[in-house]
Formats: sequence, structure tokens, C-alpha cells
Amino acid sequence: MSDATIGGGVQPITPAPPSTPPRQRQSASGSSSAWRLTDRLGLAFAWFLGLLFCAITAAIVIFLVVQGIRFLRPYMLWTNPKVSYTQSGSGGFFDPMIGTFIVAAIAIGIAGPVGVGVAVWLSEYARPAGLARAVESTVEMLAGAPSVVLALFGILLFESTVFAPLSYTSGGVVFGKSFFAAGAILSLVALPYVVSSVREGLQAIPNHVREASYAVGKTKIATIRRVLLPAARPSVITGYMLGIGHVIGDTAIIVLLLGDTETFQGVGHVPILGILRGTGSTLTSYIFDNAPTGDLNQPNKAYAAALVLLLIVLGLNLIVDVFGRRSKELLWS
Amino acid sequence: MELNRPPAVRRLSTASPVTARPPRTEAPTLVNGNGNGNGNGNGAGTVNGAGQTSSFVGARRPDRASVPTIDRMAVEQVSIAYGSKLAVKEVSLPIRQGEVLALIGPSGCGKTTLLRSLNRLTELTKTASLTGQITLDGTDITTLEPTALRRRVTMVFQQPNPFPMSVFDNVAYVLRDQAKRRPRRESLRPEVETALARAGLLDEVADNLDHPALRLSGGQQQRLCIARALAAQPEVLLLDEPCSALDPRSTAVIEDLVVKLREQVAVVIVTHNLQQAYRIADHVGFMYLGELVEYASATALFGSPRQQRTKDYVSGAFG
Repeated sequence: MSDATIGGGVQPITPAPPSTPPRQRQSASGSSSAWRLTDRLGLAFAWFLGLLFCAITAAIVIFLVVQGIRFLRPYMLWTNPKVSYTQSGSGGFFDPMIGTFIVAAIAIGIAGPVGVGVAVWLSEYARPAGLARAVESTVEMLAGAPSVVLALFGILLFESTVFAPLSYTSGGVVFGKSFFAAGAILSLVALPYVVSSVREGLQAIPNHVREASYAVGKTKIATIRRVLLPAARPSVITGYMLGIGHVIGDTAIIVLLLGDTETFQGVGHVPILGILRGTGSTLTSYIFDNAPTGDLNQPNKAYAAALVLLLIVLGLNLIVDVFGRRSKELLWS
Repeated sequence: MELNRPPAVRRLSTASPVTARPPRTEAPTLVNGNGNGNGNGNGAGTVNGAGQTSSFVGARRPDRASVPTIDRMAVEQVSIAYGSKLAVKEVSLPIRQGEVLALIGPSGCGKTTLLRSLNRLTELTKTASLTGQITLDGTDITTLEPTALRRRVTMVFQQPNPFPMSVFDNVAYVLRDQAKRRPRRESLRPEVETALARAGLLDEVADNLDHPALRLSGGQQQRLCIARALAAQPEVLLLDEPCSALDPRSTAVIEDLVVKLREQVAVVIVTHNLQQAYRIADHVGFMYLGELVEYASATALFGSPRQQRTKDYVSGAFG
């Protein structure tokens, strides 16, 4: 081995004849034949792992896309679920899709402003230090809390008299389930993503930019509103999108807090408020129910809905990517 | 050119330990004829040896009209400490409109701290404490609102730091009330353009005032920062190593600008670059370990420093 290694290590470095132009630089993969055996094995292992992960992801996506395209029909996008024993008779998933948008809107409507506020406070004020540490660990704890646990807490909360008007009631019984309840608790899922993204964005702004604003007589509030938050806007959008991505992917909170009724079951007669106070479903709970192991067992519908959900999430990731790149574009030295 | 020496100098000189030494007088003979006309005194790297002055003395300085001076600020016996560490020790200085005051000295000598204390930016550091008095037009600056003071004493930083908005909005931001968005964009235009013109930037950006400021070149960004600082119509302009991140051409543009600006505002500039201080300053303060070792006119301080430490520093023996 040593002979080969030494010989292999030395020989490729033959100086080109002086008259000819210098040879082009070899690529890394081309020159690895001259490496030691252990290095070559390491490189091969790295390649293997990289390709393996690509293959796993590709398998999931391809499986979903193929199954989705096989079963997804346009009518499903504007037809409501119907109770049926045959897959052709069970309708589409219009309400679940709208449900996904509603929960996402409510959740980010709460988590967005609150998260930005928390991030600004943590990044720009953070006094007293003890409170800042407490807030920080609270956010971290939220990020780590299983959503089922949050959902249980949500049921207690929305069954209580204070929040009862916001949840599904039937015959005087408060169920603690509604779009409001699900959205509110889902905002806790989104919050950590918003906070950490916005905070990172704010901390990436050099201190002299803040001072430049103070140095022309601006107050701290004015600086935050007019300089820091606009500068951190890409991070804000990234945080929102990451938050929404996790909200629309959550199932446990939807099943427990939205009631998991295939179509919207409104309460009262006020048009929009009635729906928001009522129960319904989202794409995730629809997939959950229609999966081969689910209560309704309409796997074709599950695959079709899964494809739609996947496309929405991929779209969000694309937005995150674009804004992430833009935030790196314009920076101070 | 030779301006009145302030009364503060005598007091400082006696306070400093090296002052027992009598002022030297032989220095003018050491001035070498480096007058190559382009003002690029690259001689700083060459140490002439102890006891000699800098090789760039005598080099071209930007043409400057003699301007009447007005006392703007007075720094009196100011000491600044971070926690228990004293960063500036009993410094007294006058700051005058009509002249450029350069603060020079090695890193960590307290020159930037002193500069930041002039518009109370030091107060942003929790541990900082200040004794002594700084006055602006006769008023103790601690009696002023910090925001009001900082509109009268504005500052430009080492790194160009335009805000992430358009060129126009960068300047308009200063003109608008605290967090207000826009009190009529068109009504602000004349003021914005005046500020840009004073910073010598208007010609270059007139056609694209709406472009993002961060797309400008480094030198343009720094002039935008100067325009921003001028938009508040300050009485004093503080510059903290404004050229250290810039290329030589942008530096030259800003130096000429600073010399011109001193007619309307008092300019205080902190710089590491001795040639720059020589080129643009009327008065120079040399600081070392928190003390103001010597304060004199630029030609006197570089040509015939009275303190040994000044002489060592400007000749390149340390720093």
C-alpha cells in the first residue's frame, strides 16, 4: 500500500514542458485517485450518504407525485367531501383546503405580530436580563413541545367560560373546538419560528447602523420601526413562511381542536364568524382520515390531497429561499 | 493659517508628565520637500528615526480659504470611564466652526470615545460614565435632550452605513419627525437635494434618487452618510475614521469635502491616518492612553511637536 500511495502521491506532479501553456487545474474528483485509501473510502462514504438522502427524498416526492397525479382530479379542488363507501362518490376536499388556509391565516395573524414583538424585545431591549432569559427559554420550550400537548391545553382553554364564545357550542355544551381554538393554539407552533428568524435578522444588523440612526437624533422606537424592521424584512417573511409551513403541516392540533368534521359545521347565523366558531377540517386531518389506516379509508383522496399539501409547502419553501437569498444580497460590510 | 492656540493647551501641557521638557524649536529644518503635488504622502511607512518628524510634512494640502472661526463646543476637563477603566483622562479642547479638528493617536487611546461623548453616544454603553463638562454654544450638553443634541451634533461612522432604503429616503429619514412616514415627499425634495449637494453626491445620484442606497459604491455610501448627517443642519459634524473603509480616490473626494464643509460646520475627525490628519486638519489633538498629549495647529504638531511622545508617534516610532 505504501508503495502505491507514495508513487501515486508523487507521480502526477510532473512539471509541464516550459514551452507549452500550463495544464488546466484538475478537478477535485479527478485528482482523488491519487489520495490515500482511507481518504478515498471516506469520500465514497460521503458520496453514498449524500446520494442516499437524495434518493429517499426523491422516492417520497416521486411516490406522492405519481400517486397524486393518478388520483387528483380537478373537481376535487372545488367539491366538498361526501359520505360514501366508494372512492368515486366521496367528493373532493374543498372545505379542508379552505380550512388549511383559514387556520394558517389565524395562526400567523397571531404569531406574526407577537413573534416580531418578542423578537424585537429580545434583540433590542432584553431588560431585565432575567426576564429576557426566561422569555428565551419559554420560546425554546414552545419549539420543543409536542403539538398534542399544546392541543390538550387548548381544549381546556377553549372549554372555559372566557373563551367559550369562540368555540363550537351545541345545545349549551361547549366543545372547545373551533377554527379560533385551532388557530390560536397553532400560533404557538408558528411563534418560535417567527421569533428566531426575526431575531436572527435583527442581530445580523451591525450596531453602527443603529448608532447611525441615534446619531441623527432618532429615538429607539423610530430606529426600530423605520430602520431595523425594514432591514430585517426578509427575515420576517422567512419566519412567517416557516411558521405557516409548520402550521399547515400539523395534524394533532387540528384533530383535537378543530373537531375533524370533514365539512365546515358553523355555529349561529353570522356568515364568517359562524364558520370560524365552528368545526371543520384541513388537508392534514383530511389525509389522516382518508389514509389507508384512517377512519374513512379513501386512499385515493388521501394521495390527491397529499400532493396538494406538498405543493403548497414546496411553494412556501421556495418563497423562503428567494427571500433568504435576497437578505444576503444587501448587507453592510 | 496659524490660528489662535486655545487657553486649554497650557493647562494640559502642565498636567502631562513629559511637559517638563522645554518645547523644541529645531523641527522646521527637518521638514523634507516631499511636495510632489499629488498629496499622496505615502511616507508614513518610512520611519525617519527618533527625533525626526514625518516625511509627509510639507506635502500638498488641499487648497483652503482662511475662514473666520466661531467657537461651537468646549470640552472641559472631561474624563470618561467604562466601568472602572478610564478611557479619557481630563481632556480639554475647543471645537470651532471654520476649522477641522483631527484627533489622532494609537488604537485604544480614547479618541473615538471622546468623539462619541460629544453627542452623548457614549451613553448607549451602559457602563460608561463621564465627568467634566461639554458645552455646545455655551449650554451644557447634559441639559439637552439627547435627540435634540444629536441633531445639532451629528456623526458619520467608520463603516458606511446607509439605511436599507432609497437614497432619497436615507436623507429624508432625518428630516421627518421621529417615526412618521412621509410628510409630503415633494416638500422634502429641496432639503434632500441640498444635503446631497453639500455632500458632493447630488450629481452622481440625481437621476436615481429612488435606488436602494446599499447599491451605491462604498465612497458614495459614505458621502450619503455625510449628506444624512448634514440634513439635520448640525452645528458640529463628527467623523469617526470616515475613510478607513474606502479606496484612495473616494478618500480624496471626502477629504476635499471635509475641508470645504468646515466653513459651515465645526468638523471633528478621528483618524488613524496621520497623512490624512496633516492634509485636512487645521488643529490636531494627539491622544495617548486617554490623555490629550498635545493640541496644536496641524503644521505645528507635525512639523515641530513639543512633546516627545507626539514626536515619536508622528515620526512612526510607535503606533
